[in-house]
Formats: sequence, C-alpha cells, structure tokens
Amino acid sequence: MVNVQIDGTWMQFPKGTRMIEACRQAGVEVPHYCYHPKLTSPGNCRMCLVQMGMPPRLAPGQEPEKDEDGRTKIQWMPRPAIACANTVADGMGIRTGGELVDECRRGVMEFLLINHPLDCPICDQAGECRLQEFSVEHGNGVSRFVDNKVKKPKNVDIGPRIRLDDERCIMCSRCIRFCQEIPEDDVLGFTDRGSHTVLTTHPGKKLANDYSLNTVDICPVGALTSNDFRFQMRVWFLKETPSICTGCGRGCNTILGSREDEMYRITPRENDAVNSSWMCDHGRQEFQLLSNERRLTDPLVLGDQGHRLSSWSEAHQTAAAGLKLLGPEEIAIVASARMTNEELYMVRRLAAHLKTEWVDVVPRSQEGDDLLIAEDANPNSLGAKLVLGLENPGAKLADIKAGVEKGTIKAVLAFDENLIGAGFEEASLKKLAFLLNTHLLANPTADVAQVVYPSAGFAEKRGSMINVTGRLQRLNQAVQPPGQVMENWEVLRDLIQALTGSNGLYMIEDVFKLMAGEIAAFKGLSLTKIGDLGVALLETEEKVPLLEKERERVAKGLIVG
Amino acid sequence: MLEFFSQLTGLIEPTIKIVGLVFLVILPMVAYSVYAERRFSAILQDRVGPNRVGIPFTKVSLAGLGQPMADGLKFILKEDFTPDHVRKVYYWLAPALTMVPALLTCAVLPFGGYLKLPFVDDPFKLVIADLDVGILFVFAIASLGVYGIVLAGWASNSKYPFLGGVRSSSQMISYEISLGLSVIPILMIYGDLNLSNIVQQQHEQGWALLPITLDGFKPVVSMRDLLLLIPLFISFIIFVTSLFAETNRLPFDLPECETELVAGYHTEYSSMKFALFFLGEYAAMIIGSGFAVTLFLGGWSLPFGWGTNGEDSLFWGLVNVGTFFTKVIAFILFFIWVRWSIPRFRYDQLMRLGWVFFFEIALVNILLTAAILMLFRQG
Amino acid sequence: MAIVVKRPKLSIFEKMYLPAIGKGLLITLSHAIKILRGKKKVTMQYPEEKWDANMPEHYRGAPALVKDEQGRERCVSCQLCEFICPPRAIKIVPGEIPSDDPWAKVEKRPKEFDIDMIRCIYCGMCEEVCPEQAIYLRKDYAITGLSREEMVHDKERLYEIGGVREGLVNKWNELK
Repeated sequence: MVNVQIDGTWMQFPKGTRMIEACRQAGVEVPHYCYHPKLTSPGNCRMCLVQMGMPPRLAPGQEPEKDEDGRTKIQWMPRPAIACANTVADGMGIRTGGELVDECRRGVMEFLLINHPLDCPICDQAGECRLQEFSVEHGNGVSRFVDNKVKKPKNVDIGPRIRLDDERCIMCSRCIRFCQEIPEDDVLGFTDRGSHTVLTTHPGKKLANDYSLNTVDICPVGALTSNDFRFQMRVWFLKETPSICTGCGRGCNTILGSREDEMYRITPRENDAVNSSWMCDHGRQEFQLLSNERRLTDPLVLGDQGHRLSSWSEAHQTAAAGLKLLGPEEIAIVASARMTNEELYMVRRLAAHLKTEWVDVVPRSQEGDDLLIAEDANPNSLGAKLVLGLENPGAKLADIKAGVEKGTIKAVLAFDENLIGAGFEEASLKKLAFLLNTHLLANPTADVAQVVYPSAGFAEKRGSMINVTGRLQRLNQAVQPPGQVMENWEVLRDLIQALTGSNGLYMIEDVFKLMAGEIAAFKGLSLTKIGDLGVALLETEEKVPLLEKERERVAKGLIVG
Repeated sequence: MLEFFSQLTGLIEPTIKIVGLVFLVILPMVAYSVYAERRFSAILQDRVGPNRVGIPFTKVSLAGLGQPMADGLKFILKEDFTPDHVRKVYYWLAPALTMVPALLTCAVLPFGGYLKLPFVDDPFKLVIADLDVGILFVFAIASLGVYGIVLAGWASNSKYPFLGGVRSSSQMISYEISLGLSVIPILMIYGDLNLSNIVQQQHEQGWALLPITLDGFKPVVSMRDLLLLIPLFISFIIFVTSLFAETNRLPFDLPECETELVAGYHTEYSSMKFALFFLGEYAAMIIGSGFAVTLFLGGWSLPFGWGTNGEDSLFWGLVNVGTFFTKVIAFILFFIWVRWSIPRFRYDQLMRLGWVFFFEIALVNILLTAAILMLFRQG
Repeated sequence: MAIVVKRPKLSIFEKMYLPAIGKGLLITLSHAIKILRGKKKVTMQYPEEKWDANMPEHYRGAPALVKDEQGRERCVSCQLCEFICPPRAIKIVPGEIPSDDPWAKVEKRPKEFDIDMIRCIYCGMCEEVCPEQAIYLRKDYAITGLSREEMVHDKERLYEIGGVREGLVNKWNELK
C-alpha cells in the first residue's frame, strides 16, 4: 500500500493503482475519453491531465520538510500528468482541480471542438455524449476558431451494423483498441495526420465481427452509431430497465431501453462475473421479436372454421375440458428451457396435478465462441434441470414423440416451444385429442393446436433464470405486453385454477417463495435478494472465456479490469 | 252559498297580491339582481360584464338583458345529477327549504301604502298579510332558512358541504341575536310590531334615519329625534352587517367560501337544485333589503313627509310603490358594492365580531334608547 | 421549524375596521365612476374588435414549423421540443432523409410531427429550446375544431401555418 494525497486528503491505495482509479475511489471522477478500464491505455486524449507532486529529492544530509500532519511536503510539478496511464507512488500528491488543471481541460476541449461539426441535434449520441458533458463542465462555451472546419467523410458504411461519422470522431482510439484486444479482429485504424486524421477500416475489411456494436457503446462521441438504433429515439426519453439477455445460456447483463411500452435498444451492463462490459451483437436484436408481425396477442381456440380469438377464461375452459377426459399416462408436457424458473415451477405444479411423468424440455445447442456466446442456446437449461427435476434435458423427448405417433399419448402441452421445429411430425400432432401451444409468435404447431396461448416476451415479464455458469439472475419488465397477453406464470396459474379450483397466487414473489420452499437450491432467496448482479447458485465446470482472457490481461498489467 | 262567495271574493285580493308580488316582482327581481351583480361587479372591476344576450335569433342585445333568461334556461336544461352517496330525501328537500322561507317573509312586507283603484270604494292596503306581529313573523320564518343550508351540508354526505353547513348554522344563529337586538330600538320608538304602522309613522314623522319633516320650506326637527339618531344609526350598522351574515354574502360568505370549501354546502348540487340555492340567496338579499328599508329608511314613504299614503289618490299610491322599490334596488346595489370591495373575514374574526362586539353594543344601544326615551317622556 | 411571523401593531383607528372598509368601498366606487363616465376602457369587444393590428412581435400564438429560404425543412427532429414541452403536446417520429434527396447531408428530419393544440399551453418553450430555429409561435390564436383529431396539427398543417422564415441559422447551406 502507498500513501497518496488526493485533493488535500491522504489515502492508501495498493501499489500499481492507476491515478485515475485512485481518484475514482476517492470520489473524484477525472474526465477522460480514451481511457477504459477494460482496454489498454494509450493516453492520447489528454483529457485526464491532473497536477502531480512527489516528495522532493533530498541532498545528502538534508532533512525533509514536514507539514502540520508530519508528512513530507509535496513538491508539485509544474507540468501536468495524465491520470489514466500513470500509477500511484508513495508520498504522491494529486490535484484534480485548480488553475493548472482547469486551464488544461479548457485547452483540450477547445482543440477537440475545432473540427467538431456540432450537429448534436441530429446526433444519436446527444444526451450520453462525453464531449457534450465535458464541454458543459470544462469547455469555453464559445469558439475562437474562424477558419473553415476540416471536412471529413460522413455517414460511412464500415460494417453491416455500424455507421461512421468521421467529423465527430475525437481520435480516442477506443474502438481500434477494442477490436484489437477483445474480439481480436483488427479492422480499424487511423490514416492521415494532424487535423486530417481519419478513422477508417483497413482496406478490404469491414467491422463485422459478433461484438462490433460494443464499439458504439464505448465511443465517447457520436462517431460510431448503430444502424439499428439510428434516428429511432433520443436517449433521454429511454427508460432504462436492468435485465438479462435471453439469447443464449450466458445470460449477459443488459439495460433495456424503452419508451412508452416500446423497446428501442439493448445495451450491455457491467457484471464482472458474467459479461464484463460487453455483449454480442445477436443479443442486442432480441427485442425485435416482440414487435414481430407474427406476434400472438390474444388467446385462440380452434373452431370449425379454424382458430378464432377468445377470452382467457374461454381458452382455459376449453383446455381444462380437453385435459379432464384423459388419464395421466396420456398427457405429455413439453416445456422450454427459455422459460423462467417461476414459469417452470408452475409447469411443475401443473405436471404434479396431471400426475404425468412425461415432462421434458427441448434442448438447443449452437456453435459457441471463445468470448461470450455459449454453446447452450437455451438461456435457462440449468433452471429447467433444477426446477423440473430433469437429469438430462431432452432425454424423454424421443419417447414422447414415439408415444404421440403410436397414439398412447393423446394430449401434448407445448409451452413456448414449436414442436414441429423440434422434430415432431405435423400429421401425428393432428391425431392428438388435445394440443395446447404457448408461443410468442405464430408457428406451425400453433396452426394445429386446439388452444393457443400468446406468450410474453423477455422484456415484458419478470422472473429469474440460471445461466450456464450456474448464476441465478433476474429478468425485469421494461414494457407492458400487447393485447391480452399476460405474464406466462399467470397464464399457467389460471390454467391450473381452471383444472383444480383456487390456488391463491397473486404475485410472482409468492411463486418464488413457494419454489424456494420446495427446491432446496433456492432456499433463503427471493427475487429481491437476487439483485441486479445475480447470485452464484450452482457449481459448474463452465468458464467464461472472455473473463479468463481479461484476467490474464489484468495479471499482465495491461488493463485495470 | 253567499257566505262562500264572499269568502271566495275575500281570497281574490290576497291571491292577486301574492301572485303579483312574488311571481311578477320578487322572482324577476331575483333573476335580474344576478344580472345586476354581474354587471355592477364588472363596472367596479373595470370590466364589461354580460352584454350580449338579447332577443334570441336577432342581433339585438339590449345590453345583455336577456342574460337571466338564458341562465334560467341553462339551469333547467342542465343534467340534474344526484350523487350516489347522498341522503336522498333531505338532499332534495334542502333547496326548497332555502328558497321557501326567503319568499314567505315577504308576506308582511309593506311594499306601498294604499292603492285607490278607480270604481272600487275601498283602497287596497299594499301588504299581503298585515300582521300585528309582523317583525316577529319575519324572525320566525327567516330563522328557518338555516335548515336548508344545514340539511344540504349534512345530506350531501361529503366533507366540504358538511363544513359549509356547520359554519353556516353557527354563523346564522350567532348573527340572528344581534339582528334581533338591533331592531328593538325601533320597536321601542314606534311602539308597534306591525310593519305597516311603523312605515306609516315614519311617513308622518320622518324616516327613522332622517327624522325631518317640512313645514312649508322650513325643516322641522325635534331634539328627541336628533338624540335618537345615535342609537338608531348604531342599530342600522349592526342590522345591515348582520344581514350580510344572515344572507351568507361576502364579507361573511364562509359557508360557501370557494377558496377553502370548493362551493360549501351546495358543492354536490347541480342544475335547478343548485339554482334554487342561488336564487334563495338572492331572494333573501332582496327581502332583507326590503326590511332594512322598511325599518330604517321609511319604507315606501318619500322623505320629509312629502306625499300621502295613497289612501285617496292612485297617483301617490303608485309613487309610494315606486319609492319602495327604488330604495330596495339602491340597497341591493349597496350589497353588491360591498361584496366586490371587501375581502372575506376569517371565521374566528366573524364569530368575535358577532358575539363580542355586536351583541354587547346592541344591548347597550337598547339601554341608550330607553334612556333617551325616558328623558323625553311626555306626561 | 415554525417561523413566528411578527404581526404589525394596529392603531385604534385601524382596529375599528370601519375606516378601512370605507376606504375600500371608495376605491371600487372611483373605478365604477370612471368606467360609467367612459373615461377608462380596459376590455375589448372581442369578435367585433380585434387586437391583431397591435399584436407585438413576441406574441405567443399557435406553434408552427418553418422552412428556410431554400425550402428545406428546418426541423431535424432532435426532439428537444418534445422533451421540454410541459403539457406533452408534441409528438415526433424521427426519420432518415434518403440518400437521393438534395438535402441528404442533413440526414434527419421528422417523419411525423404532431402538436396537440388541445394540450398546447402556448408557453413558447419549444421555440426557446429549438437548436435549429425551426419552430416558432405564430400569431394565430383562434385555433378551433369540431373534434379532437382536428385539433391535432400534423406536419402539413404546421408548415402551412409556419411558412418560410429567412435568415437566422445558415448551418446547413453550402457556405460552411
């Protein structure tokens, strides 16, 4: 540990701490553009300049001067130092304000704004732009620049998901370093010199890797913008709901940006036990399913002339009537590992009531990568295993399929799964006495189902899921579901109610409480206790490759982490 | 049979008087005093006021004289809404209980001396009921008016009307005392409870507040009358102020004080039921003005004993009626003027004024009158 | 903490109320006399008499969008007016300008721009906040309609009221 004086207060920090991090721990945010704790620090933006001082070098025999506290007096350096790339030393002094520092920042801001187009009214970054923020805090307020600004390429297509505006770029190089260091896909670089420096892709290359949209997030200005979010909504209108991504088993922590019950974007949320500060590009597009034109918005009941809209109570009555005639061996439940633990728990109660042994989920795998994308494409496989008590998810699926074809199974309840996509034959499904399908979208299974329930999407409901590393995390509701759609656990509750009578569950907290009483792993937990960052619930072999790499780089001292 | 007919003919006279006075004079006056209030308040506040409504379907506006008719029509056509939470019977009864006592009191109000019609031998006395206990009748009936307001406040079953009703009942009961006490000097001086007789005496001896008669062009005034002016003036002030309180008008409109109680006791009322409260208030104001004029300002008589009581001349009879209504209208304008000039009292100030000042002053005032009368007792 | 307000000490004259009441009555009476003698005229008989000719430049009537001297929509749909609007009368759907448009370099313009004139309180915040000087409060004040839908001014109507406003910013023209 070393003693450091920050703005007049002495504090202790571990050796090797960057000055900017020391200041942050002392409660002072030093303005910066190029510095990012998860990336290397080239120190090129010069915004984080602070005044630094060290104990004086003594001549032989000279006693150090002491101040009132008995500490060695600091000899302040006449030149400022960057806080992002320098580490603290014993007896060091840092001033994050004062005449010198303020003048430096004003100067840096003036230089940065010389060629900046000031098109904030059309810039998507406006509202979360560091240049705007620091211009207000440290800038001059007026421009002394009278020459013509340097013209640079605007609206450049540098990748399938990203647009570049070079005039807005302040050459912080965060995006270049990100591409080099995280996805290790070196496609961006600077050309030309001085005022004419331009960010561009290497010849013949595109910024098209699976993590490209993270460059938009870390870009401190509006130089890189997302095609998807471009001109859709101003960021200050967005309600930010912390949630998790349900695209794969990783469960990256996210922030859902919504306004008036419409989703506009998903951005990663820092969680150093799951996804660091990043997420993949696929996960960001998840929400588009919610406004898909094939979205189911009302319960449907199969009549003589095909499906017709019905009320929830009619749909539940029809389902209950279809199920009551059948015995336990004749009913199978195909749930989904995309459901939350609470929904799966309601499935478990339903199965217990129907006394059926035929309960399984559809496994789904994909090609993972060496960063965040997991091989398990289901977000809650461990939850399904735990809640439904499955040894090996998908093991009974073949038997159920065979039973349906043979006719020993006469009813199937398919929750959030398209059976035909999972290998069932349409013809055999048509033979069933009763088929219920719950789904977000219209699908071939729903086409032949007697009763179709619409399903709420991930941003429209609350609940919990367990990711591939065994971490229990929380989904939060950002928008209200459309039409008659209700949260899925409520639908399952009402179905159970239609079969059995009252069961008095009104809040998802109660479902979790019941579940925690029945399943030992959840004991002592509640949705509130899970918190925004989740809790480690189960031990697994699974490691997050991205976090492993990050740890290595932290150990080497390349990044702060 | 003959007896029956004579009884029937005996009914004709009061019927004509009732219909004539109440339906042809008082009620239109009520409607037009609302109009006067709006126009006069506008003038006091540098505005214009309602000046548009005239003859329907034409561009003739007649300075907005059609406004009361339009207002009345609007009140009748509005939705008559009875909230679900009210006490239905009392809720419906309350507006009537406000309006009826106000109109009943005008039975004893002499609105003229006599009317000598051609071809009829006996002159008609211009009062509906020439009761010998006229003033007591007035106090008895007027105090019933508080029931309408209290019932409205209570039956509405809602907090603001309730508070309005409570305020109103204590305010009206308090001020009834000073109102009654302030009239006693008049009774002592004139020695009569019959309002017609009081006016007749004022006609002969000069008004209570203007005790001067003319002998040719020489004013005649007695020392006794001059001294009596002091208690009478005090009485007048107390009477008029209490009248403001009794009619719930500014500066004492705390039962319906809109800054605190939305609209007080009639918050829950709409349409014609609301209009009845509204009209009841104005009717009380007109009749109150009538009494103030009758008791203190010589009723129908002209000043300085001019003219006759109309017993023998149709001309003077009509002049007297005109005089009475001119005085009443002037008094109503005074009411309006005060309302738009003086801010509302606080409730504790109101009660203090009633009980601590007016009550005591009125008592002392009676003693003073008695002393003066003792001093000038004849024989 | 309660603050004890010091009440002014009243003289006996003031405590009597009556002189003050009389004074108040006289003040209102003097106003009445002035009006009755026709010496003072404060109000205006609206539909017959109109104030239009005397309307000051800063009059705040209906808000409207304006075009610049080259016929370009000034609005770039930054949505600041939507954000600042106290009664939330403004609703904007932003859109991108297609690349074949002569003003493609401006990149953004409103696809839809609705002002609900039932909600609008004519505060002028939108005009004040607009960085492009695209929205102005014009002198139209008699905004009427027979339905709620009619009272929502869409983009066409707003440009119709607003018209062209010359000068001011020249941020997007070729000079820069």
